[in-house]
Amino acid sequence: MATPRPATADQAAFREELLQAGLLVESGVDGIYGKGERFEQARLGIDALLTRTAGAHGAERLRFPPLLPRRHLEDSGYLSSFPHLVGTVFSFEGGETEAKLQQERASAHEDWSEFQQMTDLALMPAACYPVYPAIAARGRLAPGGVFVDAGGSWVFRHEPSGDPARLQMFHQHELVRIGEPERVLEWRNEWAERGLAILRGLGLAAELDRASDPFFGRGGRILAASQREQQLKLELLVQIAGPEPTALASFNHHHDHFGISFAIELADGGTAHTACLGFGHERIVLALLRTHGLDLETWPEAVRRELWRD
Amino acid sequence: MTPVTRGEIRQVLRDNARLPVDPESLRDDADLFQAGMSSHASVNVMLALEDAFDVEFPDRMLKRSVFESIDGIAAALQELEMEAKAG
Repeated sequence: MATPRPATADQAAFREELLQAGLLVESGVDGIYGKGERFEQARLGIDALLTRTAGAHGAERLRFPPLLPRRHLEDSGYLSSFPHLVGTVFSFEGGETEAKLQQERASAHEDWSEFQQMTDLALMPAACYPVYPAIAARGRLAPGGVFVDAGGSWVFRHEPSGDPARLQMFHQHELVRIGEPERVLEWRNEWAERGLAILRGLGLAAELDRASDPFFGRGGRILAASQREQQLKLELLVQIAGPEPTALASFNHHHDHFGISFAIELADGGTAHTACLGFGHERIVLALLRTHGLDLETWPEAVRRELWRD
Repeated sequence: MTPVTRGEIRQVLRDNARLPVDPESLRDDADLFQAGMSSHASVNVMLALEDAFDVEFPDRMLKRSVFESIDGIAAALQELEMEAKAG
């Protein structure tokens, strides 16, 4: 099991405030919380705002369950980049004897993993993953490619932490662009500005900066350095709690990585480029609570209008 | 560094860099990323070089530019060799 990352004093204090106010509901496991009604009201407002904005710019809406066929995970390269963050679904296989033993060991909180077998499913590591094989299956792209809003889907990261802004399961709202290299780059630059405007429109002091992913191991250092050098990852950052600002959204430019992995063909037969923009619903809510206070009723009128227009 | 070693580097590239061209056809100073090596493939090259030459690249060398060309790789290996002798 991964050792939980300890919270800084201000992260721990903010977490306590959120629990006391009933915005978060404790589960007993770091990074897994229930949400109170007001938290969810804010989150749904963000979901609506992002869906509305993506739709106004021509996004096609697709929705997927928070489970990924294991085969897609295996084809994506995720296991080489982030083996430490993956959650795979295991399920019981056996007869009555094994079921009885499993129950006995489980009720004593002992190890019962030997009765569990890997299934065809993994927990969704990033909400953009099911989009690539779905688009590839349609055949060659039309000229210009596609823009997909994959919605605010649950995703899992095995990284327990005492920081309320680092959840093991959260809603990641992914916008995905697949198409010709220059179109994809244009889209990313356009949405970097738009993403910043969306967050600033909610009264958040957001900044855009280049970033790198927490790639695994020593090889991961090369990947992270490459990602930074080539400006493949950008983040929209806001100070919530802790020594550094928190990324509320991140852009990844994958070049032809997923185009090759899932054989996504351009209209002219070339390999498609892809980029995605993922907003973390919960992190945006936390930034709003930190900035405007824990009582949603007292949030600035302009912010309330943006979130609860409908 | 001897030409034989550059041959060994080419062998590691042939097995791990997933290049669309034969490494024999590349000049020593050719940009491997331009030639089609992905960042992920460069990680495999790094690990395979460590096995082949029995070295461990320190953190300061774990960056894209070190693995950008056969010359770059040779220079890094030579530096490690010198450090090992001095150490």
